[in-house]
Amino acid sequence: MARTLFDKVWDQHVVKANEDGSTLLYIDRHLVHEVTSPQAFEGLRLTGRKPWRASAAVATPDHNVPTTDRAKGIVDPVSRIQVEALDDNCREFGITEFGMHDVRQGVVHVVGPEQGLTLPGMTVVCGDSHTSTHGAFASIAMGIGTSEVEHVLATQCLIQKKPKRMRISVEGALPKGITGKDVALYIIGIIGTAGGTGYAIEFAGSAIRELSMEGRMSLCNMAIEAGARCGMVAADQVTLDYVKGRPYSPKAGDWDQAVAAWRELHSDANAVFDKEMLLQASDIAPQVSWGTSPEMVLPVTAAVPHLKDARDAVQHEGWQRALEYMGLKEGVKLTDIAVDKVFIGSCTNGRIEDFRAAAEVVKGKRVASNVYLALAVPGSGLVKKQAEAEGLDEVFRAAGFEWREPGCSMCLAMNADRLEPGERCASTSNRNFEGRQGMGGRTHLVSPAMAAAAAIAGHFVDIRDWE
Amino acid sequence: MQAFTTLKGLVAPMDRANVDTDAIIPKQFLKSIKRTGYGPFLFDEWRYEDRGEPGMDCTNRPLKKDFVLNQARYQGAKILLARENFGCGSSREHAPWAILDYGFTCVIAPSFADIFYNNCFKNGILPIVLDDAIVDQLFRESLASEAYALNVDLQAQTVTTPSGASFSFEVDAFRKECLLKGLDDIGLTLIEADAIRAYEDQRRGQAPWLGL
Ligand code: SF4
Repeated sequence: MARTLFDKVWDQHVVKANEDGSTLLYIDRHLVHEVTSPQAFEGLRLTGRKPWRASAAVATPDHNVPTTDRAKGIVDPVSRIQVEALDDNCREFGITEFGMHDVRQGVVHVVGPEQGLTLPGMTVVCGDSHTSTHGAFASIAMGIGTSEVEHVLATQCLIQKKPKRMRISVEGALPKGITGKDVALYIIGIIGTAGGTGYAIEFAGSAIRELSMEGRMSLCNMAIEAGARCGMVAADQVTLDYVKGRPYSPKAGDWDQAVAAWRELHSDANAVFDKEMLLQASDIAPQVSWGTSPEMVLPVTAAVPHLKDARDAVQHEGWQRALEYMGLKEGVKLTDIAVDKVFIGSCTNGRIEDFRAAAEVVKGKRVASNVYLALAVPGSGLVKKQAEAEGLDEVFRAAGFEWREPGCSMCLAMNADRLEPGERCASTSNRNFEGRQGMGGRTHLVSPAMAAAAAIAGHFVDIRDWE
Repeated sequence: MQAFTTLKGLVAPMDRANVDTDAIIPKQFLKSIKRTGYGPFLFDEWRYEDRGEPGMDCTNRPLKKDFVLNQARYQGAKILLARENFGCGSSREHAPWAILDYGFTCVIAPSFADIFYNNCFKNGILPIVLDDAIVDQLFRESLASEAYALNVDLQAQTVTTPSGASFSFEVDAFRKECLLKGLDDIGLTLIEADAIRAYEDQRRGQAPWLGL
């Protein structure tokens, strides 16, 4: 029978199908960070349990780490305790950790693929919703809660109900300047933040195949913002080229066997999905979110919507509240919105390709005078190193950007990097909820090149017109 | 998880309806990295005159004398007697963690909030729903006599008073089984340990690069 990509990976991980319709699903890779793991480790300690397979788990601190002056340690005591607890727990339970001073440290969703910890056909979990990122490798990658973190540590399994399958195909060539981030925001703008609820989404079509692994990761990263359980892209030569030679990738002896297995990781020609959607790449313009939900997003050429155009009372109320919070008037052109801060980084856009794209835009230019903080925060220590080897840090510094240490940083403001009330930010992160980047802060989600251009111009600009 | 079979325990009567999870354990304690140690902060705002902060030493904090758990006669209580809709509010698992850490392993009330009720079972606490009239009677009796203890028998699904009156209660068969055996979700999955190992053996051959 013809199967979808999701079915193939799922079927391969069923330990037991229970009578009540749930499945005991085997987990290949467990990524761990400091915020959602401490109670899980304590649970193991209290029950005297050991990790089922400690080598399946790899940890790194990311949410709480400072992005400046690491040598000083972490000043905020609550943050420090969480990071130290991760160090202690990993030591006690024999789990590999890339600690704060390790060059391999970084945002867990950047580190996993970079190290080859994320491989095609795997089941990958992490106590973090953006675990969907790893689906770019044709893996089933899901965010889980703290009690499930403990469950996976202790049993290497999860009890799961199989989600429905949806395929979103984007056909045609992506126009110049359009990135995986724009594709993600465009899709969420159409299907909404609940559009993927109950589904595993496979992103397919020629435009997706054309994306680099970085672009596919940005796209799958945001599948969760569409409400999906996970996002996936079929494995192809682009996937194999990325995976080859990474520290945890299969070595020479196993490589050919792995590749043979991975070549099967695509939906069969006649596979049936519970839902299908077809989009045209040529319809996608650079995206800018204007509101307080990722679905409140528009092409950069558009204007902030008028309340009278809301489709119903619920949307009307949501828009009204968003306009108020964002300090925006109806009908204002997006390119007329000035920004105070710019953030380039996060698990959505903190990879080398993202910094290359942004550096190209800012090269030889200066950050506008009304922008008083422009941050470039690499997703990992290795991304930082690579960027520095290419001289990108100098390009950013010369333009007036701050070049920081790797971590989540201003994506969620759990460390010192945050927006002050009323400040407006062009951000390459994934969430524009109220208060996400700091209490009262106003977030506009964009691609790295769009964020870079906004930093230089002082307001949003259409990257397609950039010289 | 600790198994729950029978319990003979002193009763602490908490005569309030709609006790929410923020009252059970206030939000400043959610920053903790632990799931134990919440006991001293259980009902913090009702229990102490000052404001509790995580990590505080509670031994010398000024107590609100009238609060039920501060009265000498209820020290060492194992059964919390409560009113309707106990545990409403957020889904924080810190609430049952605090109750358990304080020393309660059984809560009796006319009704519970849904998530809290489920969370109790996950943590080895037995929540018992009894009729309003019976709960009323238990409140009267426990207030009237010191050292008032109840006998709870999960297997028989009964609560017996010192005078020998016995009341039966309902509990989902699956949850009962888990509590009796001390099995949490993890314990249940570990029953399948052989199946998990068999899976790993078979997968090891198919995908040696996974390092199983
Ligand atoms: S970068 Fe942002 S979204 Fe990604 S893991 Fe960190 S906090 Fe979460």
